[in-house]
Amino acid sequence: MASKRTLKTLEPLGFIFPGVAILLIFVYYPLIQNFINSFFRFSAFSPSKIYVGFDNFKMLFQDSVVLTAIRNNVRYAIVSVLIQVCFGLVLASILEDKAFSKVAIIFRTTFFLPVLISVTVVCLLFSFVYNPMDGLLNRFLELAGLGSLARPWLGSSKTAIWATIAVSQWHSTGYIMMLFIVAIQKIPEELYEAAEIDGASKVRRFFMVTLPQVKEMFFVTSVVTVTGSFMVFNEPYILTRGGGPGTSSTTLAVHMYQSGFFKDMMGYASTLAVIIFLISAALAVVQLTAFKTGED
Amino acid sequence: MLVVGFILVAYPLFWILMSSLKKSEEISINIWSLPQVPQWNNYKVAWDKGISQYFINSFIVTLSTIAGVVLFGSLAAFGLSRYKSAWTKYALLIVTGGMMLNPQVCLIPLYQLLTRLNIRNTLFALIIPYIAFRLPLNTLLIRSFFLSVPREIEESATLDGCGSLQTYFKIFLPMSSPILITSAILTAYYAWNEFLFAVIFIDSNKYRTIPAGLMSFRDALQVDWGPLLAGMAISAIPIMIFFISVQKYFIKGMLAGSVKG
Repeated sequence: MASKRTLKTLEPLGFIFPGVAILLIFVYYPLIQNFINSFFRFSAFSPSKIYVGFDNFKMLFQDSVVLTAIRNNVRYAIVSVLIQVCFGLVLASILEDKAFSKVAIIFRTTFFLPVLISVTVVCLLFSFVYNPMDGLLNRFLELAGLGSLARPWLGSSKTAIWATIAVSQWHSTGYIMMLFIVAIQKIPEELYEAAEIDGASKVRRFFMVTLPQVKEMFFVTSVVTVTGSFMVFNEPYILTRGGGPGTSSTTLAVHMYQSGFFKDMMGYASTLAVIIFLISAALAVVQLTAFKTGED
Repeated sequence: MLVVGFILVAYPLFWILMSSLKKSEEISINIWSLPQVPQWNNYKVAWDKGISQYFINSFIVTLSTIAGVVLFGSLAAFGLSRYKSAWTKYALLIVTGGMMLNPQVCLIPLYQLLTRLNIRNTLFALIIPYIAFRLPLNTLLIRSFFLSVPREIEESATLDGCGSLQTYFKIFLPMSSPILITSAILTAYYAWNEFLFAVIFIDSNKYRTIPAGLMSFRDALQVDWGPLLAGMAISAIPIMIFFISVQKYFIKGMLAGSVKG
């Protein structure tokens, strides 16, 4: 009987164990190992590690690339919130407006298409768009008589990061738009009818009804977008071949990759990963606490 | 504004298709016009020069990841929703915490770990980390569905002599197929498109998945743009059609993913 009871208490563990074990080994263990690594100097190719204390962290403050990277991450975050979240919401509310109900599905599906394409295809596509000689963008500018604006978008350290950010907006705005569409569809119809009876214009209805009703979704998508902006790796890695020209379009994740796998400074790269972790953890806390207060 | 947005999104997509049927010189000379003679051969070249292998690899990785995530995720979700003890509380904490962790942070130690396990540069180097990083979200997703299953159903199953493993297989799994499909589709989207791990954990061309493979495809083809564009079209179109056909589930999953993740 007693052994049956122990069996009973161990039963849930049987179900939970495989999943939790995978998490502990392949997510939590690397996380902790990363903290330890950040106090060492080591190479990917040799097993020996040298303890260097806080040297990697000191290096962080003397590394001007870190500043460039953070500045680019912040630019990414600001533009992404403005375009993906704010503009995405505007798009969603226009498409959910009754006046557009007939054509909405075509627009909605089209705007959503980029979301379904892998980031590599999107970036390769834009390397054609931005191509200095035969690119669609420069050719279009010439056609439109704006040839003076044509430039090597990805090849100039002034424009490379903005051109990269633009690609991400093209790729992801449809995603956020779709989330807002679902959120708007959940708003009770009566609220709009009441506002209409009160004679509120469409713009006013947007601010009086839609915006307050999707407040939570707005907040969540903003935090998710900002978090994504601080993690961004793929676009600069592919488009500007690792943050070029020079380091002008680098981000924290790209700088980490370059330091670790290119310059073989694995310890320092781990330190950069710690910074990325701290930023994402802080944002996660913001999201969690805000949600707790929302529940009360 | 809608129309400008429409052109901005639709034209580049159309341009891929159109240019994928052109000769490589034609792409740079007649950038706007339709192909003079459709070069279907571009697609054959792209397929033979490597895309087929990337496709198969992506397929294996995606299916295995889905299988792992749905199996381990639903098992854990069952344990976490049907039992209450100190253990399950800690386990839930581990799962929820896992959702906050980003792959970037674990990249280097994971690289070392996979090397030590001798599975780096194999498909397992993608499948296992993909499962690990997708488990938290999907476990919670499935758990929230399991929580809504009334106690009585479970109790009557017990009275009928079902053990808990049987209850899981015969009652919970069939009942929850909508959420399992959602979870599978969300996982497919991730595994098919993942880039960071795919490019760092795999060195040899033989094991590359589509996102990483296209990069080496570009480097190999240099200015032979026709086949490159054909390769891009091949890797984008089937999956686009698939996701549009399962849009309902996909959007449901997206919603759950963003609200909780």
